[in-house]
Amino acid sequence: MDLFEYQARDLFDKHGVPVLGGVVATTPQEARAAAEHLGGGTVVVKAQVKTGGRGKAGGVKLAHSPDEAEARAREILGMDIKGHTVHRVMVAAGASIAEEYYVSLLLDRAERRYLAMASVEGGVEIEQLAVERPDALARVAVDPTVGIDAAKAAEIVATAGFDADTAPKVAEVLQQLWTVYREEDATLVEVNPLVKTADGRIIALDGKVTLDDNAGFRHPDHAALEDKASADPLEAKAKEHDLNYVKLDGSVGIIGNGAGLVMSTLDVVALAGQAHGGVKPANFLDIGGGASAEVMAAGLDVILGDPQVKAVFVNVFGGITACDAVANGIVSALGMLGDAATKPLVVRLDGNNVAEGRAILSAANHPLVTLAETMDGGADRAAELAHTAA
Amino acid sequence: MAIFLTEASKVIVQGMTGSEGTKHTTRMLAAGTQIVGGVNPRKAGTSQTFPLGDATVDIPVFGTVAEAMAATGADVSVVFVPPAYAKAAVMESIDAGMPLTVIITEGIAVADTAEFFTAAQAAGVRLIGPNCPGIISPGRSNVGITPADITGPGRVGLVSKSGTLTYQMMYELRDFGFSTCIGIGGDPIIGTTHIDALAAFEADPDTDAIVMIGEIGGDAEERAAAFIREHVTKPVVGYVAGFTAPEGKTMGHAGAIVSGSSGTAQAKKEALEAAGVTVGRTPSETAELMRQILSR
Repeated sequence: MDLFEYQARDLFDKHGVPVLGGVVATTPQEARAAAEHLGGGTVVVKAQVKTGGRGKAGGVKLAHSPDEAEARAREILGMDIKGHTVHRVMVAAGASIAEEYYVSLLLDRAERRYLAMASVEGGVEIEQLAVERPDALARVAVDPTVGIDAAKAAEIVATAGFDADTAPKVAEVLQQLWTVYREEDATLVEVNPLVKTADGRIIALDGKVTLDDNAGFRHPDHAALEDKASADPLEAKAKEHDLNYVKLDGSVGIIGNGAGLVMSTLDVVALAGQAHGGVKPANFLDIGGGASAEVMAAGLDVILGDPQVKAVFVNVFGGITACDAVANGIVSALGMLGDAATKPLVVRLDGNNVAEGRAILSAANHPLVTLAETMDGGADRAAELAHTAA
Repeated sequence: MAIFLTEASKVIVQGMTGSEGTKHTTRMLAAGTQIVGGVNPRKAGTSQTFPLGDATVDIPVFGTVAEAMAATGADVSVVFVPPAYAKAAVMESIDAGMPLTVIITEGIAVADTAEFFTAAQAAGVRLIGPNCPGIISPGRSNVGITPADITGPGRVGLVSKSGTLTYQMMYELRDFGFSTCIGIGGDPIIGTTHIDALAAFEADPDTDAIVMIGEIGGDAEERAAAFIREHVTKPVVGYVAGFTAPEGKTMGHAGAIVSGSSGTAQAKKEALEAAGVTVGRTPSETAELMRQILSR
């Protein structure tokens, strides 16, 4: 889960990382009150969206009074930044900035450990810096069993080339950021920029944090950080049923078992769609190895609730759950849904007890269900049906 | 000979007495796997009875992995422990010096995996997974949850991030059979990589050709492509899932995510093709490519 800047700021604050005062606001009036709360002086009004390039898009503006803060918030709220609507702003205290730096901690998948990155040239697009001036970006491996202790922090600031006065202060912040990373089960903690103020303080001015969804069991408080309001309604409904669902924008609904097979099914449908008016998959939905009738019904319910869906492709490889059980699941799911099921279903079953599974579907003879012999054939048929219905 | 797992492998099950562990221990026994023990400190000294053909078999339960190893000579452990307890279970196996630990559990926090992987590296032991179906050398042994009856022994090696795509490919090539099929798992950090499996298949006299299945996220496939170019002489056929996955969305597997322009299926396919690997557009086409190689 990616966090908003204000949520990252709050986590930083909780773990002792120096930040400026910041108050989130969802209306211009709240922004005015926030500016007053912060002392009535100069503040920065920052769009809270989970994408980069806010500044360039006009989503970050200076305000010298509560009046101005209200006016700037009115301009920014409701803006569209790279497809993200701004629902809230953070009103942040102003600071006199002398230097801008960059630091981050992240998962190094290839090396299977953590990576600390730091640069004395902050405030720029870091991907750009990494490509154009790789020497300016220090990359230091972090052992997951040790983390960033004083020695590792000293190594990072030395590699990045911080001056003697600044280095120990940044090293301290790095250790505090490690605490955020470890204690909150983050997979990314990035500060860009980390600034030195005119009076020599080091402050995390803008933060980006990604939390590990798999670590939720030891962080019951993380559920509250979820942005339920802007979640896609179908994704929200799927989540209520513990379904692994991602909404896409095509017209062929997809149900399958196993993440890899479902991803593959999307690709095969998109490929088949090229011959049928360019129809595309409408979603990713993995019903898991189990594929019980209840899960199948819940999945079909979500997919049939998507008005863009014109046809559905059910692609299941019977492994631990045999095909006859999956077929029974489909039949009883259609029974449970009754008249709510209105769109054609192409079903491809393979694997364990496939003959029995196909026999069950043939015997049920449901008017909406077509059996496919192969995955490629099923994808083609579903794409064709979606194209014809469109 | 197969890789990492043979008929001689002696396997213990961590989490055997739980419902998933019991279900899959039964299936592994039926597939001919030498299951020599289970681990559960609260049930140490007891045994658990499993059906095996028309008879039953009693599998002893030990208090610790170390005790199980000492008593049975086990050289493989398979972990069916829930995510919150998985790190402790895997660390116990590593600390006992278990040469191979196969971690089936899905949903382990990546910080936990990072820690036990680092420990495994220091101890010089192999991990497969987490979040994987395990490893099967058909006709010899099956460790994990792969259905054992899809196909029999043969001379194709298979390495895949995905469980069901592994099953699909085994099914497509069931008339040829496989030396070993390894599901390496879909998490951001995994123990055994594509490269580890490719190196082992290259060295295995009983493997003639290799199917490699990848998916979006990370750069494991690109690294594997570079490895194939330098070190693999046997024919390799590839498949990559996730061409239609949108940027920034996790597609089922914790590690399956395109971040910015990195981790795309297109980049992986291009890297593999540049290394001389033929890449199928669908699982069926991939199987057909392998079929052509094997029929030459």
